[in-house]
Amino acid sequence: MLLEVKGLSVNYGHIEAIRDISFGVAEGTITTLIGANGAGKTTTLKTLSGLRKVREGKVTFDGKDITDLSPERRVKLGISQSPEGRGCFPAMTVRENLDMGAYVRSDRKSAAYAQDLDRVYELFPRLKEREKQAAGSMSGGEQQMLAIGRALMARPKLILLDEPSMGLAPKLIQQIFSIITEINQQGTTVLLVEQNAAQALKRSHEAHILETGEIVRSGSGKELAGDPAVKAAYLGGDV
Amino acid sequence: MNLVPAPVAATFSRIGARFDNRPAKITLAVLGVLFVYALPLLNIPLLTTPDSDFGGVLFSVAAYALIAVGLNIVIGYAGLLDLGYVGFYATGAYTVGVLTQYHWHWPFFLALPVAIVVTMIAGVMLGAPTLRVRGDYLAIVTMGFGEIIRLVITNTEWLGKSGGIAKIPMPPTIGTPPQPGEPGGLFGIPHISWSTFPNVVDVGHETHFLSFTVLDAIPFYWLIVTALLLVLLGDKLLKDSRVGRAWEATREDEDVAEIMGVPTFRYKLLAFALGAGIGGLSGAMFATRQTFIQPASFALLLSMLFVASVIVGGAGNRWGAVAGGAVVAYLPERFRGFTEWRMLVFGIALIVLATWRPEGLFPPRRTRRAKAAEAEIEELEGDAANV
Repeated sequence: MLLEVKGLSVNYGHIEAIRDISFGVAEGTITTLIGANGAGKTTTLKTLSGLRKVREGKVTFDGKDITDLSPERRVKLGISQSPEGRGCFPAMTVRENLDMGAYVRSDRKSAAYAQDLDRVYELFPRLKEREKQAAGSMSGGEQQMLAIGRALMARPKLILLDEPSMGLAPKLIQQIFSIITEINQQGTTVLLVEQNAAQALKRSHEAHILETGEIVRSGSGKELAGDPAVKAAYLGGDV
Repeated sequence: MNLVPAPVAATFSRIGARFDNRPAKITLAVLGVLFVYALPLLNIPLLTTPDSDFGGVLFSVAAYALIAVGLNIVIGYAGLLDLGYVGFYATGAYTVGVLTQYHWHWPFFLALPVAIVVTMIAGVMLGAPTLRVRGDYLAIVTMGFGEIIRLVITNTEWLGKSGGIAKIPMPPTIGTPPQPGEPGGLFGIPHISWSTFPNVVDVGHETHFLSFTVLDAIPFYWLIVTALLLVLLGDKLLKDSRVGRAWEATREDEDVAEIMGVPTFRYKLLAFALGAGIGGLSGAMFATRQTFIQPASFALLLSMLFVASVIVGGAGNRWGAVAGGAVVAYLPERFRGFTEWRMLVFGIALIVLATWRPEGLFPPRRTRRAKAAEAEIEELEGDAANV
């Protein structure tokens, strides 16, 4: 397992946001956490990237205990996140945003850096066109692409994607998900958090259903997509 | 609505493009710096304050500009609203007062770096516990800090209580030491007098180079302008580095900056300490120029004027801060002829500025960029509505 979460509990003040959850992300896979609003998906991701303090439990990444590491150290170890919603720096240009994604890297002038930038522009040609435009002036879909591209600029082993399909048009959702698959095939492990269960389950190797802070069901993407209970709750019954 | 007509704007950008080459830029910068140093000697009509000593006014202008550049690091770069900046100004002034006069007799230029360091430590001590609170709360906590510093001074015997510290020595004069009726210094530089045109060189009215006396504020102006230029240079180097990018990201979205691997707390603390140090530097200059400081010189109102300088100039742009500080210090002196109406006129002037340029006199590039993007979206929406 590249990432292993054991008995994780996180509080927001006195409110338990997630309670004793355990799951793993195997290297090279797409793993998905499915859940409704308030199920604890975003909290889980924020905890994994170090923004929230762990009350109980243990997080291991690449064989290393990272439970109490700072966000900075985690990015350096190879975990990077594309935050929920329009998580770009709105007044910075597209290029400046991408450079911020590589903040922990010190090889800004190297060929490897230029290569990574090219790779992001290849995945998202729109970003290349808008390189010098303020991120805040782009559409929701473009900002989502920028957030994913920016996370890739840190050269992560594991990329955490927080609801990349949120608020996007159906056609764009398709496109984003196929790009996520492509990123995964290029060798980056993906932990995806989604409400859009139909698309996410189709694309992921492993999936876990999160309900009010607890994992209630786990299985392969296909299994869960075929599960009647999951169908009823997340796929609108007749998918 | 755009106040500058498009053809005018186009002409300006063409002029700007012409100065794109480096030698021209450097020549222009050198000329600008020379002009700034020569300003108090030139007696430029209208600009020169008729009712107060222009050298003294320029000293305040440069002091405010320096303070605004320091506070701009805190407010403009790191996005932290500090309403207690006067506390650092006072700390710098009192460190110099205590070291050069009240308890010890250090020379000014030895006390100056110590004052900066002490103020930076004060900045870290205030920042470490308070920078964890965000937004409005930080403003309140810092405002309290400014008042606490003043009240502690007022009630501390060791710091001269409300009586203050008098006879703070000036920086040592280089060259002939000043005697009564003899200003000393290295050499005299005549002022310019336009009323006796064409004999504009006023030999009867000289400023003596590097002679620090109560009679002539101009050498103090030169001293603080030098400090200002050095601080501006450091500010540019820092802003263009990783540190500047970290501040920008932190100001825009702290959580996202953290996710990128920016240790935001450390960078906020750095901004706070650097801003404090520059405030302390300015306070030290103030102490040696005034030769007398007391708690009443560091009222809360000053903090407000400092923040106003940054906002009026355009938070986030160092040249905006310089301009804002200059405006806030200069206008009340220029309006001295209005006697008791002076502050009213000053207030109206600030309101006019705020209405005419809500982003400040010289907003930073990001503000202009955001505005341009907004206009573009508006235009697109307008087109869509017309279809």
